[in-house]
Amino acid sequence: MYGYAGRVLRVDLTTGKTRVEQLNTEIAKKYVGGIGLGMKLWLDNSQAGVDPFSPDNPLILTLGPISGTMFPTAGNGHAFVSKSPATFGIGEAVAHGTFGAEMKRAGYDAVILTGKSEKPVYLWIDDDSVQLLDASHLMGKSPAETEDAIKDELGDYYIRVASIGLAGEKLSRIACIINEKTRAAGRTGMGAVMGSKNLKAIAVRGTRDIVPAKPDEFMDMVKEFHERMKGPATQKYRTLGTPENVLVHNALHCMPTRNYNNAHFENAEKVSGEVLNEKFVAKIIGCSSCAMRCEHEVIVPEGAYKGTMTRMEYETLWALGPYCGIDKLDAIIKGMELCNYYGMDAISAGVIVGFAMDCYEHGILSKADMGGVEANFGNAEALIQILEKMGKREGIGDVLAEGVRIAGQKIGKGAEKLAQHIKGLEVTGYDLRCLKTAALGFAVSFRGADHNRHGAYAFDVKGKVDRLKAEKGRGRMVRDMEDTYALIDSFIVCKFSRGTYYKEMPDMAKLYSLVTGFDMTPEELKKAGERINTIARVINVREGLGRKDDTLPWKVMNLPIPDDGPVKGAVVTQEELDLLLDDYYTARGWTLEGLPTTEKLKELGMDDALRIVEGKQEA
Amino acid sequence: MVKIHERKFVSCDPDKCVGCQICEYACSWTKEKAFNPMKSRIRVVRVNQIANMAVACRLCEEPACIAACPRDALTQSEETGAIIVDKDKCNGCGWCIEACDYGAIMLHPESKIVYVCDLCKDKPDGPQCIKWCPEEALTLVTSDVLAQKARIGAVKKLFQEAKAKK
Repeated sequence: MYGYAGRVLRVDLTTGKTRVEQLNTEIAKKYVGGIGLGMKLWLDNSQAGVDPFSPDNPLILTLGPISGTMFPTAGNGHAFVSKSPATFGIGEAVAHGTFGAEMKRAGYDAVILTGKSEKPVYLWIDDDSVQLLDASHLMGKSPAETEDAIKDELGDYYIRVASIGLAGEKLSRIACIINEKTRAAGRTGMGAVMGSKNLKAIAVRGTRDIVPAKPDEFMDMVKEFHERMKGPATQKYRTLGTPENVLVHNALHCMPTRNYNNAHFENAEKVSGEVLNEKFVAKIIGCSSCAMRCEHEVIVPEGAYKGTMTRMEYETLWALGPYCGIDKLDAIIKGMELCNYYGMDAISAGVIVGFAMDCYEHGILSKADMGGVEANFGNAEALIQILEKMGKREGIGDVLAEGVRIAGQKIGKGAEKLAQHIKGLEVTGYDLRCLKTAALGFAVSFRGADHNRHGAYAFDVKGKVDRLKAEKGRGRMVRDMEDTYALIDSFIVCKFSRGTYYKEMPDMAKLYSLVTGFDMTPEELKKAGERINTIARVINVREGLGRKDDTLPWKVMNLPIPDDGPVKGAVVTQEELDLLLDDYYTARGWTLEGLPTTEKLKELGMDDALRIVEGKQEA
Repeated sequence: MVKIHERKFVSCDPDKCVGCQICEYACSWTKEKAFNPMKSRIRVVRVNQIANMAVACRLCEEPACIAACPRDALTQSEETGAIIVDKDKCNGCGWCIEACDYGAIMLHPESKIVYVCDLCKDKPDGPQCIKWCPEEALTLVTSDVLAQKARIGAVKKLFQEAKAKK
C-alpha cells in the first residue's frame, strides 16, 4: 500500500489495552485522510449526545496520505478530531511541524484514543511498540518542558511530542495540543479532551520508509512545486508573514478592535508586521519538507519581557493586541509565550481577554471580580495577568477559561452580548460586519467562528465582490472554498501553500494519485471535499446543531461599525444572514434548515449517514 | 592523495538553514529510494527554534573514525577524501560512531553497518542535498573557502557597523 500506512491504532486508556486494525481502504478513499478521515472515524466510534469530557468521547489523531513524503509542506501535518467542549459539535484542529511525518513513519494513518486513564499517562509509540507510561511527574509542565523531559527520559532526541499544558489538564475549553514547542492544534479545545482522558502527551518515533506509488513522476512534481514555492504565491509568508495583515485589515477597517467595539485600531502602526519584523523577528524557520518556510520566530530584545522567544502570526498578534486595544508588541509576544506555556489557543485566549476588558469597562466585572486587575482596554499588564489567571484557572480566570460563551452566561448582566463567538468558538481577526462573504463562511463553519474552514474573506478583502453586500452567489463561493479547505486539511498540506496549486483540483488529484496509486480524478476529489463538509454537518445535526446555530456574534448583527471611514455603519442584518444562509444551503443541496437531503447523501455515497438525518429533514 | 586544502565537503550555513529536513529527504531518496531521515547521510539538528543546522561528514585529515576502527573497515578516498566503508569488514561495532566528533557516521537501521556521506560520487551533478536545499544553505566547499567567506562576512559587518555609528 502506498500513501496510506494501512493501519489504525486503537488505545483504550481505561484498560490500557492497545490494538492495531487495518485501515478500511474504501473509507480512506472517500474521506481522504486528516480531518475527513478523522470525522468519519469519530462518527463511527461515538454515540449521539456524548459529553465532550466523557471517556466515551474518542479523541482521534490522523495523518494524511501525503504525510511523510517529500512533497513540500505535505509531509508534516497531523490533525486531532473529537467532539468539541467549546462548540459541542465536531471539533478539529490541524498542526504542522515534524510530528505528523514521524507518526506516519511509525506506520499509522490514525490513532483512536478512547476511555480515561486512572492516573496521568503519556502514550509512547516506538514504531510497533506502543506503551502507556506514567506521566505524574510531567503534570503542570508546559508542552515545551514536557517535550524536553520525555526526550530526556526516553533517551532519544529525535522523538516528536505533542502534549498539553496546564490548561488542558484543567479542562479549559480553549486548551490546545502543542508539538515542537510552537506548533499548535489550536482551535476547538482538543487539548481539554486530551486532558479529560488523563493523557498528557503523545510521543512518537517512526523509522519506516515512505515510498510514493509513482516515484519518478512524483519527484518531477516535487521539483515543480519547489519552483512554484519560490514564486509570488508564497511571497507573503516568506517575507513579512501573516502579520502583514495588520495594516492591510486596518486600512480596510476590517480588523475587530477592543472586542468588536471598533473595526479600526488607531495604533495599528505600532503593532504592524513591518515593526514586528524589524524589531523582533530573529529567524524564519520551516516545518519538515517545506520549501517556503513561514514560521516567524521572535525574540524580545529589551525591557520587562527581554528574552521572550516565541512564534508570531497575524491571528494571535491581533487577538492579544488590537482586540484588547493593546499596542505594545513586547507584551503581545509575552502573551503569546504564556498561551504556549499553558497550552491555550492564543486566538481564543486573546478574544476572551478582550471580552473580559469589555465587561470591566461596562461595569459588569469589577476590579474585585478581576482579582485586583485594572482590566481596561489597552492595559498590557492586565493582559498578562488575566492570561496567567486563565492558564492556572485562578479567580476570574476559572470562569474565563470556559470560553466566552459559557463565561458570558455565568457572568450574566448582559455579558452574553459582549461574548463574540459562533457556536461557542471565539471569533478571529476579520470584522464580519464589513466582510459579508466571510460572514457567511464563519456562520456556517462546522467548527464555529473560524477563517480556516473556508478562507472566504479573500473575496472581500481582495475586492473580488462588494464586501458590504449580501447577495445570491456567495453561497456557491463559500461552498467551493470550504471543499478545497477541507481537502487541504485532509491531505494534509499547508494552507499557506494553497496558492501553489495553480490548477486547484487537477493538481491536488494528481498529487493524490501519484502518492497513493489510486486514480483520483479532479471531479472525484471535489466530491470528496463536499463529502467531508457534509459529514461534518451530519455530525453536527446528530449533536443537535442546525440553522439556529449558523449565526453571527451579537455585535456583528447589532452594533454597526462606528468608525469614520469606508465602512461606517456596516452591520449584518437578520434578513441578510437569512438570504446568505438560504443561498448556501441551496448551493449545498441541503434543506433550508441546513440538513443534507436523502438524495444528496446518496449521491455522495453516504448511505450510512441517512439514519442520522432521516425524519429530521421535514421537521 | 587529495590535500586537506583541496578537500570539498558539504557545509551548512546556520544563518540560512531553517531546519526543514529537505536535505534528509533528498539524501535518503537518492541513496535508498525511500523517504526516511533515519537513512540520510546528512542530519538536521534543531537546538532551539532559532538554531538550526545540518551536519554531514567533514572529510577530516587523519579521520578519527578510521583510527578507531578495529577491523580496518574504513579508508579515505585518495581522490576526494571521502570515507569509504568496506561492507564486508564492517560489523557495526560502532567505535567509529563514538570517535566522530560530529555524529556524521551512523549505523544503518537495516544493513547494520555504518554509512556516511560519499558526496554522491555516482551523481554527475554532485551532492543532491545541495541541489535540493531551497534556502541555499548547503555548499560544497573547501575549508579555505569557508575561511574566506567568514572573513569577508566579518569585515562587511565591521564596515556596516562603523557606517551605522556615523
